Amino acid sequence: MSKTIEITSENFEKEVLQSSIPVLIDFWASWCQPCLMMLPILDDLSEELNGKLKIGKLNIENPNHQFLASKYQVQSIPNMKLFKDGKIIKEFVGLRKKETFKIELEEALK
Amino acid sequence: MTEIKNKYSLIIVGAGPAGLTASMYASRYKIDHLVIGQAVGGLAFEAHKICNFPTEEEISGVQLIGKIRKHAESLGMKMVNTEVTKIEEKNNQFEITTENNKSFLTQAILLATGTKRRKLNINEDKFIGKGVSYCATCDAMFYQNKTVAVIGGGDSANTSSLYLAKIAKQVYQIYRGNKLHGETIWIDKVIHNKKIKLIYNTEVANLEGKEKLERIVLNVPYQQAREINVDGLFIEIGTMPRKQLIKQLLLKTDQDGFIKVSADQKTSRVGVWAAGDITSASNNFRQIITACSEGSIAIENIFEFLQKTNKSNL
Repeated sequence: MSKTIEITSENFEKEVLQSSIPVLIDFWASWCQPCLMMLPILDDLSEELNGKLKIGKLNIENPNHQFLASKYQVQSIPNMKLFKDGKIIKEFVGLRKKETFKIELEEALK
Repeated sequence: MTEIKNKYSLIIVGAGPAGLTASMYASRYKIDHLVIGQAVGGLAFEAHKICNFPTEEEISGVQLIGKIRKHAESLGMKMVNTEVTKIEEKNNQFEITTENNKSFLTQAILLATGTKRRKLNINEDKFIGKGVSYCATCDAMFYQNKTVAVIGGGDSANTSSLYLAKIAKQVYQIYRGNKLHGETIWIDKVIHNKKIKLIYNTEVANLEGKEKLERIVLNVPYQQAREINVDGLFIEIGTMPRKQLIKQLLLKTDQDGFIKVSADQKTSRVGVWAAGDITSASNNFRQIITACSEGSIAIENIFEFLQKTNKSNL
C-alpha cells in the first residue's frame, strides 16, 4: 500500500529530485475545484501504481511553495509533472479521468 | 453501504444537480435506481460563486453540490463513479456499459450528463497550461499584476472578468456580439470596472508565443492594432452537450445538439428521459435550479411509466 505524499519546499529535493523511482507531482490549491476532484484519483493511482511510481501533492496556497510553482512554470492547475532522475519527462494539465490517466502514466513510464 | 446490483428499474446517468435531484425524488417514490456519474457535480462543481439558489445567499459550486449529494444520500442514493460509454436496447431493456467494462440492465434511463466547455477551435491546445485556461477561479492567482484576456459575453465570462480584475493589472474582455448578456447585476459591474476593457464585435483568430502565450491576434483591429500582448487567456464561450450517448440512442436534438424533450422530460425514444443542461427544455436557460426542476419532473413521469410497465408484465 503506497499513499500519496505531502510535498513541501523542505522535502522537494529529497522526495522528488533525488528519488530512485519516477515521481508525479500534483500542483494544486483548494480554490480550484478540478484540483479537488483530482485528489482522490491520485490517491487511487498511487496505490495501483505502487512500486513503479511515487505520487506527491504540492499545495501552492502555501506561500513557501509558490517559488516551486513559478520555477516549474505552473500557470494552470491541476498541473501534474512527471519527474524522472530529477528531470521533467511529461506534464499533464487539467482534470483527467482515472482510467485514461493511468494508461497515460504507464505509457510515459515505459 | 448497500451492494451495487447489476439490474435496476431506473439508471440515472450523470451526477450533477439534475441527476442528484432526480435520485432524491426517485428514492421518495421508491424507485429502485442507481446513479452513474463520471464526477459528482458536473459543471456546477466548478462555479466559484452561486448567488441565485434559494436558501443560499452565496455558496460555492462544491459546497452546494456537496449539500445536494448529502441530501440524496440521506434518502438512500446508490452511486457508481465512472463514465457510461455505451447504451444498447435489448428486449425492452437497456444495457449500460461503463468505462471499466461493467454492465448494468435497466428498464428506464434518465440522461443527465450535462455539457462540456465549448472550445475556440483555433490553436489553443498548444497553450493549455502555458497561458490558456478554462477556469478563472483556478488560475487567476498566476496572473497577479499581469495582463489577461477573457473571451465571451455571458455570465461565466462576466464573472471571470470580474474575478480576474481583482488580481490582474488589466483585463480585456473580447466578445463577438455587440452587447453582454446574462444577469444584469454582473453586466453592470463589468461595465463599471475600470480594469476591464470591453472589445465588442471581435473574435480571437490566433494565439502566438514561443514557449508560452505572448499575444492574441484579433479578426478586426482594436485601437489600430490586430494584436494584443497578454500573459493569459481565459476561454468562457459557453457549453455544448456531451454527444456520445445521444448519438448511440438516436435521440432527437435541436440544431445545437441539445436533446429535445416533451413537457414531462421524455425524449424521442421510449424508456429514455433527459434532464438538466443536456436538454433544450426550460427555455434553454441552463441554471442549477432548472436542472433540479427537470430532474424532478422526469422522475414523476418515470414512476408512472414503471408502474404501467410492471403491471402489464404481471
